[in-house]
Amino acid sequence: MSPKRFPFTREISLAVLAYLYVPVIVLIAYSFNANRTATVWTHASLDWYGRILINPSIRAAAWNSLVLAVCAATAATILALMAALAMRRAFLGRGASETVLNAPLILPEIVVAVATLLLFVSVGVQLGLGAMIAAHTAFCIPFAYLPIRARLEGISASYEEAAFDLYANRFRTFRRVTMPLLWPGVMAGFTLAFVTSLDDFLTSFFLAGPGTTTLPVYIFSAIRAGITPEINAISAVMLIVSVLLVSLSFFLGRLRR
Amino acid sequence: MTHQSTLRRSLLLAPSLAVILVLIGLPLCLMGWISFLQKGGSAGVDWNSAPSAANYVRLVWEEDFDGTMILNTSYLVIFLRSVAQAAVTMLLSLLLGLPVALWIASLSRTGRDIMLLLITIPFWTNLLVRNYAWLIILREDGWVAQAVNALSPFGPVQLLYNDVAVAIGLTYSFLPFMILPLYTVFEKFHWRLLDAAHDLGATRARALRRVVLPIATPGIVAGCLLVFIPCLGAFVTPALLGGGKTLMLGNIIQMQFGASRNWPFGAALSVVLLAVMLIVMTGMALWRNRRTA
Repeated sequence: MSPKRFPFTREISLAVLAYLYVPVIVLIAYSFNANRTATVWTHASLDWYGRILINPSIRAAAWNSLVLAVCAATAATILALMAALAMRRAFLGRGASETVLNAPLILPEIVVAVATLLLFVSVGVQLGLGAMIAAHTAFCIPFAYLPIRARLEGISASYEEAAFDLYANRFRTFRRVTMPLLWPGVMAGFTLAFVTSLDDFLTSFFLAGPGTTTLPVYIFSAIRAGITPEINAISAVMLIVSVLLVSLSFFLGRLRR
Repeated sequence: MTHQSTLRRSLLLAPSLAVILVLIGLPLCLMGWISFLQKGGSAGVDWNSAPSAANYVRLVWEEDFDGTMILNTSYLVIFLRSVAQAAVTMLLSLLLGLPVALWIASLSRTGRDIMLLLITIPFWTNLLVRNYAWLIILREDGWVAQAVNALSPFGPVQLLYNDVAVAIGLTYSFLPFMILPLYTVFEKFHWRLLDAAHDLGATRARALRRVVLPIATPGIVAGCLLVFIPCLGAFVTPALLGGGKTLMLGNIIQMQFGASRNWPFGAALSVVLLAVMLIVMTGMALWRNRRTA
């Protein structure tokens, strides 16, 4: 018997999907609106996309966001890969290590962000890109760790045993057997860490020094100053980039083992 | 099988643990200490001040001109509003998320994959941008507000900058956190149990209450925690959709680090937020253990 016997679940689900996607569609639609007052529709145009391309502060913010996301996601993925390899076998303290690795997921971001600000200011770390990269690396680790660990769990030990039987040393086994099998998981983890860093607002908001605004921080201060069609256009670009990257990660995670 | 020495394992594991402990654990400990100090100096903290609980006292009592302590409810109100908003969001998410999770679990393999991807995508897109989209939809001169006002029997209605707008935005932000854990429970559910309940004469409502809900309890607890905790510390949604009138804990924490520049008091507020979170998590865990025992 199928659970379809519960009435209205389908109707409610479709309504929830509409609730999730209508705002996104409205936002993208308005980003193509030619009218200066962001809510009155005149006709379709790409003007605002052209304007954000030539706006120097938006370009600088986009560049900062990109550098930040590449550095933080790379560092987080390397750390997470090492951790995932260490966590394959049971050992004393594995549960505690797992809790520490996943802690950034459950802690309220605003608390971690202000605490990091307090630490950096107390020990005299210069706020700015470097501070943001360090903080982003820390909270991106679980996002990279979870897909890598999931992939690693699905890899049978017999491949590596076969490599050892054929006299491959540990390094060669890792490079020629484990890594090729693990690769989709590593890429999926990197992509999720990248998106998480790219989309982060709160941590960057507290740790950005003068002149190192990221795109979300720029959008926030722009909204505070008043809604403009430029914000619609940048927001639409950010949405589409995230959706593409997450879909990519989803399909990488599902590649045949 | 590959033998993994303790040394090799430690070397692999140490860097990630060190990064998280130094960049997240250590700052939280430092914050706890600073919450007992006084404000001052250029960095916002007077390191030489004698530790006292003054910042915590300030949450509830205020010193009058002549030195008597009088009750100050403004922080209490914000605190209670945050808890209420988080609780309302949690319940709304549960009401919407339960049928969705049940429906996804009833689909074919491909259907499930597509629906899960559709539910997950909003979670990964920018929180700020998603709340901004609601700002556009609910704004005063938008077509939704115009339609509502045309139909409203009570005269013009303000859709933005109130608790309802914040609840809509928070539910929108965190609904996927409720659906996913519920789905993982229903995915493994033996639907034959429902047939058994039906054969034994249970109505659908009774089967839902006596069979589905008890089995779904771990998913419900996980989902409620995953929604409640980020809601309690929400900053973006109340800042955009609450418009400065309906502040939550996250906003007053930010204000202490911004305009007010009272870092020790901000640290105390953050400690309170963490403490509430821990109490809720422990309470939920105890409740679940009692249910499953």
